[in-house]
Amino acid sequence: MTLHRLRSAAFPASAIRALGDRQLQSNLSRLKGNFLERRAWAMASLPEFDALRDEAVAIKDHVLEHLDTYLEAFESAVAAGGGEVHWARDDAEARRIVLGICRDAGASTVTKGKTMVSEEIGLNEWLESAGIEAVETDLGEYIVQLAGEAPSHIIAPAIHKNRRQVSELFNRHHADLEDRDADDLDGLLADARTVLRGRFLAADVGITGANFLIAETGQTVIVTNEGNGDLTQLLPRVHVVLAGIEKVVPTLEDVSTMLRLLARSATGQEMSSYTTFSAGPRRDGDADGPEAFHVVLVDNGRSALLGGATREILRCIRCGCCLNACPVYGKVGGHAYGSAYPGPVGAVLTPSLAGLAETAHLPNASSLCGRCEEVCPMRIPIPRMLRHLREQEAQSGRAPAAVRNGLGLWSAVAARPRLYRRLTSLAAGVLALLGRRRGRFSSLPLARSWTGTRDLASPQGRSFQSRWHAGERP
Amino acid sequence: MSGAREAILGRIRRSLPAHRGADPAARLSHPRRNLQPARVALSREGLVDLFVRKTRAVGATLARVDGAADVPGEVARYLRERNLPAEVAIAPHPDLDAMDWSSGTVSARRGRPLDGDRCGVNLAVGAVAETGTLVMASGADSPATMNFLPETHVAVVREGDILATAEDVWDRLRSRARTPPRTVNMITGVSRTGDIEQIIQTGMHGPRYLHIVLVKEA
Repeated sequence: MTLHRLRSAAFPASAIRALGDRQLQSNLSRLKGNFLERRAWAMASLPEFDALRDEAVAIKDHVLEHLDTYLEAFESAVAAGGGEVHWARDDAEARRIVLGICRDAGASTVTKGKTMVSEEIGLNEWLESAGIEAVETDLGEYIVQLAGEAPSHIIAPAIHKNRRQVSELFNRHHADLEDRDADDLDGLLADARTVLRGRFLAADVGITGANFLIAETGQTVIVTNEGNGDLTQLLPRVHVVLAGIEKVVPTLEDVSTMLRLLARSATGQEMSSYTTFSAGPRRDGDADGPEAFHVVLVDNGRSALLGGATREILRCIRCGCCLNACPVYGKVGGHAYGSAYPGPVGAVLTPSLAGLAETAHLPNASSLCGRCEEVCPMRIPIPRMLRHLREQEAQSGRAPAAVRNGLGLWSAVAARPRLYRRLTSLAAGVLALLGRRRGRFSSLPLARSWTGTRDLASPQGRSFQSRWHAGERP
Repeated sequence: MSGAREAILGRIRRSLPAHRGADPAARLSHPRRNLQPARVALSREGLVDLFVRKTRAVGATLARVDGAADVPGEVARYLRERNLPAEVAIAPHPDLDAMDWSSGTVSARRGRPLDGDRCGVNLAVGAVAETGTLVMASGADSPATMNFLPETHVAVVREGDILATAEDVWDRLRSRARTPPRTVNMITGVSRTGDIEQIIQTGMHGPRYLHIVLVKEA
């Protein structure tokens, strides 16, 4: 299995580039005020939030323990409603299945609701290479598609762009429409609505993702604010749902519990504008809806995680909340991670699905501050899994000699308390002496990556341990 | 692709422990409720008030009428107030058919909405007080596109159809049919996006305006 356009090996260079990109830094600065403050409000208005998290975790753990049974139940319920379930072992098989459905439908244009799995398997490029035009319809996805880029946030794909960049894209691509000023936000929205409405009406196949699959009823569920996922599935002749196998939940009751967490964690809404349950093709007498309904269940490495140390990552409901909370994501943005899944969840999921060989930087792209786990509605122990992946990488022997030797030296010192105390006291004393005059260092040998962007405060003369032993307490 | 099916299920089974907990069959055949938020522990009137408050909080407008006969008049009033053409597409539902659309000032076309329709009217199958959510079920009498194509969506809701939570709506739908409707749309407010600079804008792909006509029943 592979992840499409995986460029995680370039993380250090991409991160440095992102940090120096002033436009990106200013665009990313909007994250916190918006998502996190609204989330805090939404949590405060539901006293049961934490209890619901516990229940949701239990539901998902139960599902993962019986994943085979629930997938089979889902499959037969879909069939009972007149739909068809397809199974894809990996990305290539998923692409072949979707292309086959499109060809059978004689499709020349496909509209798409937002789907992360589509990014994971590289569906758009594949369809385009087969002569089928794929049009993203979520506004953020549409913007990044026009720019020839990948989404940089799970729920806000174009967070890295500002209004000026959007208006430039629209003016270039909307040849039939008049140019818009960057500050004419209503006009930009109206243009996207007009252009994409035409696309919806002309499309032969509509492809959406799924936030949940319900085993009891065979329904697939999407959650959107724009309504694009609905026009994508209601207007074309064929509706294809792409979903990871971990998306299944037992019942409508269980999905209702998850829904109380999803929008609150994602955007701080109590419910997103549209939550849509789809159970098959058009029925007798129906005036609208697709004539055919396909669900493609994608494994692509997920089943292998079930018995492993990163199993809990399969609980993820893709709310994007850990990205908003992460100090690293907030500075480097989504593209630096080089994967369809950025941020803390991506730093676990990407190596888990694709292996560590090309992705070993990602588990290190974290200060292990723990905010991701704190905000995660599914209580996924992301820091623990990042540590596990670091350990695995260290044991693989792939790390450069300098890193291995450095860590070896460190562990030799750290495992000998008396030596450690003596060396740290010595270092603290010497640095205190040297930095006495200014109280800080703006450059230090061996610490350039620290002092290159900020000063190092000089120690006050005694180490923490010696002060502790002398009876000082904070 | 039965090879893929067996391969995936086989991989799952090999990854899972031999001894597993609680039985999925029972959970599927007897769905049980999880925690219900305390905010819905209210009287009938309390639930209606909560619904009204919640819909307004998500940008919908709401008008209350005394009976079904008053619905066409309210729709005409709303369109006039908003300075919109007095033309609507109406879902071909018997309860909407039973209303007198001819005597008013609105010209009504029965059937699924077309791309040019400015305003669509349909009937909710239920509503959730907890979050101010409308529940629409697709069918011959209720095209799902009515919820999304017109720029203005007028949804008729009977007071008696306002239930506390989504779980109450599922119970009601289960009691009516063994299988779920083809499409169930839960609608909470209007179409919106924050994809340009995280600034919330309304009317992205679906309706820019949502007007709820709440019908008191005898």
